[in-house]
Amino acid sequence: MFEADVLNVVLFLPLLGTGLVVAAPTGNPVFVRRLALAVMIVQFALTAWLYVRFDSARAGLQFETRLPWIADWGVYYQIGLDGYNVLLVLLTAFLGPLVVAGAFTAIGKDEKLFYAMVFLVQFAMLGTFVAQDLFLFYFFWETMLIPMFLLIGIWGGERRIYATLKFVLYTAFGSILMLAAVIYLVWSLQHTTGIVSFAFADLVKSQLPLQAQSLLLAAFALSFAIKVPMVPLHTWLPDAHVEAPTTGSVILAGVMLKMGTYGFMKLGFPLFPDATQLYTPVLMALAVLSIVYGACLALVQDDIKKIIAYSSISHLGYVMLGLLSLDLVGIQGAIIQMVSHGLVAGGLFLMVGMIYERCHTRELRAYGGLARLLPVYSVFFMILTLASVGLPTTSGFTGEFLVLLGAFRAAWPLHTAGNDLQLILAVVAVAGVVLGALYMLRFALTFLYGAPKAPHQPFADLDRREKWILGLIVAAVFALGLFPNEPMGKTELAAKAYRQLVTTSRLPGGKP
Amino acid sequence: MDRTQLLIGVAVALFSFGLVGVIVRRHVLVMLMCMELMLNGVNLSLVTFAQQTSTTAGAVLVFLIFVVATVEIALAIPIVLLLARTKRTLDLGAYSDLKG
Amino acid sequence: MLTAIVLLPLLGFVLNGTFATRLGGNRVGPRFVSVVGCGLPIASFLLVVKALLDLRAGGWAPLVEIAYRWALIGDNTFEIAFYFDRLSAVMALVVTGVGSVIHVYSTGYMKDDEGYGRFFAYLNLFLFFMLLLVLGRSLLVLFVGWEGVGLASYLLIGFWFHDLANARAGKKAFVTNRIGDAGFLLGMFVLFQALGTLDMDRINAAFAGPVLPAVSASLVGVLLFIGATGKSAQIPLHVWLPDAMAGPTPVSALIHAATMVTAGVYLVARMSAVYLHAPEASALIAVVGVATAFFAATIAIVQTDIKKVLAYSTISQLGFMFLALGVGAYGVAIFHLVTHAFFKACLFLGAGSVIHALGGEQDVRRMGGLARRIPLTFWTFAIATAAIAGIPPLAGFFSKDEILWYAFASTHGGSPLLWLVAAATALMTAFYMFRLLWLTFFGNSRMTPEVEHHVHESPSSMTGVLVLLAALSAIGGFIAVPHFLEPQLPLPPVDEHLHAYETPLLVLSVLLALAGLAAAAWLFGGPADRAERLRARFAMPHRWLSGKYYIDELYERVLGKPLVWISDRVFLRFGDRALIDGTLHALAAIARGSAAVFGRLQTGSLHLYAWFVLLGIAGALFWSWRHV
Repeated sequence: MFEADVLNVVLFLPLLGTGLVVAAPTGNPVFVRRLALAVMIVQFALTAWLYVRFDSARAGLQFETRLPWIADWGVYYQIGLDGYNVLLVLLTAFLGPLVVAGAFTAIGKDEKLFYAMVFLVQFAMLGTFVAQDLFLFYFFWETMLIPMFLLIGIWGGERRIYATLKFVLYTAFGSILMLAAVIYLVWSLQHTTGIVSFAFADLVKSQLPLQAQSLLLAAFALSFAIKVPMVPLHTWLPDAHVEAPTTGSVILAGVMLKMGTYGFMKLGFPLFPDATQLYTPVLMALAVLSIVYGACLALVQDDIKKIIAYSSISHLGYVMLGLLSLDLVGIQGAIIQMVSHGLVAGGLFLMVGMIYERCHTRELRAYGGLARLLPVYSVFFMILTLASVGLPTTSGFTGEFLVLLGAFRAAWPLHTAGNDLQLILAVVAVAGVVLGALYMLRFALTFLYGAPKAPHQPFADLDRREKWILGLIVAAVFALGLFPNEPMGKTELAAKAYRQLVTTSRLPGGKP
Repeated sequence: MDRTQLLIGVAVALFSFGLVGVIVRRHVLVMLMCMELMLNGVNLSLVTFAQQTSTTAGAVLVFLIFVVATVEIALAIPIVLLLARTKRTLDLGAYSDLKG
Repeated sequence: MLTAIVLLPLLGFVLNGTFATRLGGNRVGPRFVSVVGCGLPIASFLLVVKALLDLRAGGWAPLVEIAYRWALIGDNTFEIAFYFDRLSAVMALVVTGVGSVIHVYSTGYMKDDEGYGRFFAYLNLFLFFMLLLVLGRSLLVLFVGWEGVGLASYLLIGFWFHDLANARAGKKAFVTNRIGDAGFLLGMFVLFQALGTLDMDRINAAFAGPVLPAVSASLVGVLLFIGATGKSAQIPLHVWLPDAMAGPTPVSALIHAATMVTAGVYLVARMSAVYLHAPEASALIAVVGVATAFFAATIAIVQTDIKKVLAYSTISQLGFMFLALGVGAYGVAIFHLVTHAFFKACLFLGAGSVIHALGGEQDVRRMGGLARRIPLTFWTFAIATAAIAGIPPLAGFFSKDEILWYAFASTHGGSPLLWLVAAATALMTAFYMFRLLWLTFFGNSRMTPEVEHHVHESPSSMTGVLVLLAALSAIGGFIAVPHFLEPQLPLPPVDEHLHAYETPLLVLSVLLALAGLAAAAWLFGGPADRAERLRARFAMPHRWLSGKYYIDELYERVLGKPLVWISDRVFLRFGDRALIDGTLHALAAIARGSAAVFGRLQTGSLHLYAWFVLLGIAGALFWSWRHV
């Protein structure tokens, strides 16, 4: 059908963008920028159209394409949209033009290569979300590494080599274990049922003994937990964020971290339900630890990028909590929180980039009274700060509230049955909202208020391009905060399917 | 000793001389020549056995080895030439830049 | 229509916020700001009146208006809906009425401020959220309003943000409120998991019905009360309110006296059906309320900043309201909320008038002799002072006396001990309020000459409002609020045997008020050193009270510093750097080290490589010969 073709176009458009940008004449950076922006806008327009055409009432894959790739091994090029990925794909396409537009004044050298890398990352991230075949998924997962490596390594800050190596090696380590798990999983399916297939739809029917499930879950979880990132596998993130150029940070925080949570939601937990049930207490404890630990660390940072980096760890802890709660409200909340975080953290990093271009420092103490020096900037900053804190009417509230509500509702029956752990974790997570207010308002206090202070004055307030970028993000934040029902309608069936898959036992010898 | 055994003995001798030469000699060109010796020893044994069992595979393999040897020399000589130009010697001990 | 009531102030925020601030390029003048900023709240007020009339016409059946559906997840629906019954009417009238009046006052008070447009935008934003709070049908909508007024409070306390201390006060308010909000959220969650809904009318119906829901009402009660503690500045979360005085005085009047801080009282009153089944929670509320009232009153006695006295007085009066709630007299608590809104707003605005007249002076030690210089301000302030002290027939007397009566006689937890503490507090209230009156307005002038030279009465936009509020403080007690609310919030039954005490206690409370007045007049109306000598004799208690019992310092020592210490030392330096990164760097070092060791095999000697090849082949041949 036509929409399926459009989805393929959306996926490969960034690849085309890479080619166009590389083929463009050198020495004309303005042309390259506009070209890149145009491609991204076209991609967003097509994606938005697909989003609108997405049918909330239909379960399963929509706009599917399935072509044999290595048919003898059961590897197919299979992509499609379903409730799991539709919002994330829209988010990726939405942030694309904003990322490119935000980079206009930030890149000094090798602009063509830069935009080529941005396009490649976009291609890889979109591919991870729409892939429905495990081989294809892994392919895209790995593809993302190289352009990110270059983005951070070439256009990054002082310690960029250390940061980018840490990032790549950390991620690759997890990926290798995941590869082993993938191979074992496919082999096991073939061994027990004779079906040779890498497709999710088939693998999700596999039956494995508990020990195998546990090991495989560990392998997948390691890879995804590094990506999310969950404490204690998070230390690559602050360094990567600090050393990356603004664009890299926005891509990283805006979309890439969601690849980890998406992986858990689509693959990790549904593929190994019994192991998930067994290890839920541990995983939930780690999620809540991420919430609290991330918030505490954000409280004592002096580098403004690190504050936002640690806040990301904290926010994504909520997502994991929601996914593990296995409560429909919690799951929907987790999905919304994913999108919300992408918008808010992406927006905050863009703002950090804007102030860095003017003042060339990331030290919090170097700033003061920006509400007086940059009134328009400050308004946007305050809105995004409040969204991060989870103020009602913003998307942050929708995500956090629903996650906490779901986690609590799921924990209560366990509590009445005598198992208090999940309830305690839920209560600790609620206390996390206080920490959230503490570190963000500390940030805002020094940054915006007090005596005006900033290096390299005088500088201009936001120009038209910057206002458009931030305005669009803020509009999306409020839209998701005030009217979340429509997007949640599109993901509801997937959320139910996820819950069904994770709560249904698939041990061999049990009912099929 | 029958004919086969003699031929094999010669092949082994050729191979051994070549091997010892590669290990002991320090002159690059001599080492290359010794490697050719080894290859020819192998060739001889292949032809012997091929004739014995009347399979064509052995003979074909000999031709393959000829081709490979030729290509190998074609690549090796220029490399040695370049090395000799930079190092100004053909002594193997001097070519240790890839150490560690 | 209910939606319109809520949205009109929001429109004001958008209009003033975009056009009258630097964000929008200051495109309109103060006239526009004033008209929009005051006109829309007044319009809301008129709509509330109309809604009340509609309510009455409909036989007092609550009006329900569903604006839209926020989320539908599984079987659970979350709607943005509004609810209007007697209680909502009272609250909405106070919020829009007193709110509009304070907006008008602000046109005079903030006239010369460069942030005039921004101020009105924030005030309107506050009003929008406050109306969401009082008109919301579900706890979700209430919570949106609850957090929203916290935001408005944050922005307005730190309004003059070039002084970092003001911004810090705003942050303290927000964070302290958040702690309460955590409790509130948990209370909401418990209710939701038991009843599947957050609609307050449905929750109340479930608790009022024949079969009680299978959830601990006391647990819910305590959790919701924690939220109320934060918002309404009760112990131990009261610390933000005195600091909030850093904001402009109209803000203190509107948000930190008349409306926002009463949100906690409203919440408990609204959920009265739950609290009727939660005796432990109610007892806790009564105790915390009366303790806070007493505690705050003791501090107010020695404060020297005119606004700080009023701030602690507000905390104390809120304590009274919670005392009433704790003994089941919900309607009486709301009554006191209404009268308190009148006289406290009048007092704060009067203080603002004084500060305005004195060009910014707030320390009462540098005031005095103002009664003749600014008579309107003086008389309105005096009336409001008498009202809060509980002198009949002014408003405060009626509401406070009812609280004292029910604290004594209610069968839902009333006791003589509660009455005693509350009565002592009432005595102190009269004392410190009249002390304030005397020090500010009577005696010889202690002002500096430049200040004294400029003393002038405030413009009519300010004094007109003062007169209105003073009049309401005078006659407001005759508005029979508890009676009006009785069908919805019945008064608690009273112990039969105690009826005889009703009149004696009433007389006693009047005497206490007069005693406070007399003591203040004697101490501060006479020679100046009388108070000084008293202070010298009780130097240490005075220091403790002046230092607010050093609670802020305690919190900093016990909570603030350890949190930062743990985050920095334990989490960051030990956890992240030493432990996690340390492990990573150790692994990398191992990789590097072993690479160095193995690297030594690469000697660069071709002969060695050839030997290895030979050995390898020999080994392979040997192995295959063995395993053939």
